[in-house]
Amino acid sequence: MIYFDNSATTKIFPEALETYFKVSEEVFGNPSSLHQEGVYADQLLQQARQQVARLLEVSPQEIYFTSGGTEGDNWVIKGTAMEKYPHGKHIITSAVEHPAVSKSMKQLEKLGFEITYLPVNERGVISTADLEHAIRTDTILVSLIAVNNEVGAVQPLKEVGDILEHYPRIHYHVDAVQAVTEQRAVITHSRIDFLVLSAHKFNGPKGVGIVYKKAGRRLAPLLSGGGQESGERSSTENLPGIAATARALRITIEDNLETRQHEKKLRDLLMKFLKSFADVRLFSGVEGAAHIICFAMRDVRGEVMVHAFEDAGVILSTTSACASKKSDTPATLQAMGVCDSWSRCAVRISLSKDNTVEEVEDFKKIFDQLHRKFKKIQK
Amino acid sequence: METRIQIRFGELSTKGKNKKRFVQQLTRNIRQATFAFPQIEVKPTHDFIFLNLNGEDEAAVIERLKDIFGIANFSPVYVLPRDYERAQTFIVEALGKKAKAGTTFKVDTRRSDHTYEHDTAWINSKLGAAILDAYPDLRVKMKNPEIRIRFDVKEDYFLVSTETYSGAGGLPVGSNGRGMLMLSGGIDSPVAGYLAMKRGVQIEALHFHSPPYTSPQALKKAQDLTTKLTRFGGEISFIEVPFTEIQEEIKAKIPDEYAMTITRRMMLRITDKVRAKKKHTVIFNGESLGQVASQTLDSMAVINEVTCTPIIRPLATMDKNEIIALAKRIDTFDLSIQPFEDCCTLFAPRAPKTRPHFDKIHRFEQLLDISGLVERSVGGMIVTKMNEQLSSSEKGRDYSALL
Repeated sequence: MIYFDNSATTKIFPEALETYFKVSEEVFGNPSSLHQEGVYADQLLQQARQQVARLLEVSPQEIYFTSGGTEGDNWVIKGTAMEKYPHGKHIITSAVEHPAVSKSMKQLEKLGFEITYLPVNERGVISTADLEHAIRTDTILVSLIAVNNEVGAVQPLKEVGDILEHYPRIHYHVDAVQAVTEQRAVITHSRIDFLVLSAHKFNGPKGVGIVYKKAGRRLAPLLSGGGQESGERSSTENLPGIAATARALRITIEDNLETRQHEKKLRDLLMKFLKSFADVRLFSGVEGAAHIICFAMRDVRGEVMVHAFEDAGVILSTTSACASKKSDTPATLQAMGVCDSWSRCAVRISLSKDNTVEEVEDFKKIFDQLHRKFKKIQK
Repeated sequence: METRIQIRFGELSTKGKNKKRFVQQLTRNIRQATFAFPQIEVKPTHDFIFLNLNGEDEAAVIERLKDIFGIANFSPVYVLPRDYERAQTFIVEALGKKAKAGTTFKVDTRRSDHTYEHDTAWINSKLGAAILDAYPDLRVKMKNPEIRIRFDVKEDYFLVSTETYSGAGGLPVGSNGRGMLMLSGGIDSPVAGYLAMKRGVQIEALHFHSPPYTSPQALKKAQDLTTKLTRFGGEISFIEVPFTEIQEEIKAKIPDEYAMTITRRMMLRITDKVRAKKKHTVIFNGESLGQVASQTLDSMAVINEVTCTPIIRPLATMDKNEIIALAKRIDTFDLSIQPFEDCCTLFAPRAPKTRPHFDKIHRFEQLLDISGLVERSVGGMIVTKMNEQLSSSEKGRDYSALL
């Protein structure tokens, strides 16, 4: 099997899995307990937090663990709304956000918040001029996705950060779930107040998210209860998952440069190949993330492609796993101005460091065969 | 261009023949406090200590220096070639980020080399004029300017500084002897320790631990507080003394209303014994007059009877609010208020005597094997060296293999 769906989820690193097992078995105490087992568990939790903080170059007090990227995004957006509504009810986001963000925005709209959805160009990127123009005196939050999950478009986070330097009262949130191996320099711009990651997107376990929350910034908690995570996110900590996450993040970031170069190489091979077909359209640009390639073959529905490839042993997806069971046209492509007849045909290849040149070569052969087959049927 | 930090002493200048020893101690403390910056060189001279950055992060080093006792103030100084025009350009550029409208400044020239072609007045006025040309919004002010530009003409180079930071004041820790600090884990005792260090005393922290009546978290809290204090004067020994047996004995044999007073007398006896062992001269504690029953004048007198070692109580006359403000400033407050059992309510008398009688105390204490209890307690003490490199939150089990 060739696994080309790493943006949906990645396979857990054996090392991270080992940590998950060991912690479940050996450090099973509740970190909030007073007794020694609890103390051991708490020590592990704090060491995991310190490690994550060190890797992200922030302080341990700025790291919170959640149940995943979705919870992180929801927390930052709704937490900001609940904390800051007396100062204003205007939020700026983009038209190409993950549903964790866009649907949170929809909910807030029902509560009377006003949301500006910044349009994107044909490459899926917002314009900073639009953003600056949208800022009002009652704006409380700017929320942007770092790397788009459907086509890999990279937003100008640094430039946005530079603009927001002049508006210190606005919360700046970055959904970096697809971006951990990408643009590290950008996701750590000093003006960013909140950054959300998800462990299973970087070969960690499912069910763990990381929220960076800048010291001094305030969010209302969504989960109130026993007061875990400094009272900001109650619920007994998923310690095996958190420890495994810390380990996966370390491996990911240590190998980061190598991974990116490798992914870039594979992407360039794939893009060059796909471009050679007159009836194939590429929606991802070379300036986008190194691990995502979104393309379509004329008149072949994405869903059909996914199954045809699956039969041939290649796992890819329609533009996002989260939306692939619905018949909607992909939101990002729509926002990029791609017409329905093309966007319905879009599929996504997403790479990891484990993919190989051989796999790319095999993919090419399979693609050739399928292409011929589809063309024959269409005649 | 080379950057140095020029460190100026406070009270040290008045220490006469002892000055050299004080400067040596301060030099050692600065070296220890900047262990994280291996390239740094610390060079004492008669009037200043110079710190050569050799490429280490200036801002981080400045933050570190602000906490070290014995430093009155300090400035980053730049060593420039003896070319007035170039020096002027450099200074004007360096002022760029600080030149906000209305900021006051003064040029303060000194000529260590009197053979230099221009005199101080010439430099003061020329440099001042150049600065005003570049930043017309600045204002010259001779007394208490916000920015003081120091310009020193040396034989081979100019020394220039545009910024002065306040130091922590006080005396270098270790220059004024050694003392034993009774550290409970509450708000007061860390502040007392801080004030002792401020006057140059090197302290060791003694903490009574009564498992299972006091929790491991309370012990850790006391250790963390000790670690917090290391920022001001380097490594501190944390001495954990077992106290369970004594508390149980007192509970069993001493009438309730005298239990507190006798407990305190036992603590003081043990502290004094450890102090003698460690060859310290004095005891420090966080007592503040009238706060609790053990801190009335009468109680203090009775408790104090067991030793003739000087007991210094830096907080004796301070209000609780003043103490809290200081605890917040030295960042121990949040740790201190963590809710762990540290003086067990099981043993706390309902109505402790605020005016205990000497004769009753003496009679009741005959029921106890005092020397044996003290001996066993001191025999069980555990000494741990606390320092910043080994921040205690990273202590405990090491899970790095799993992470």
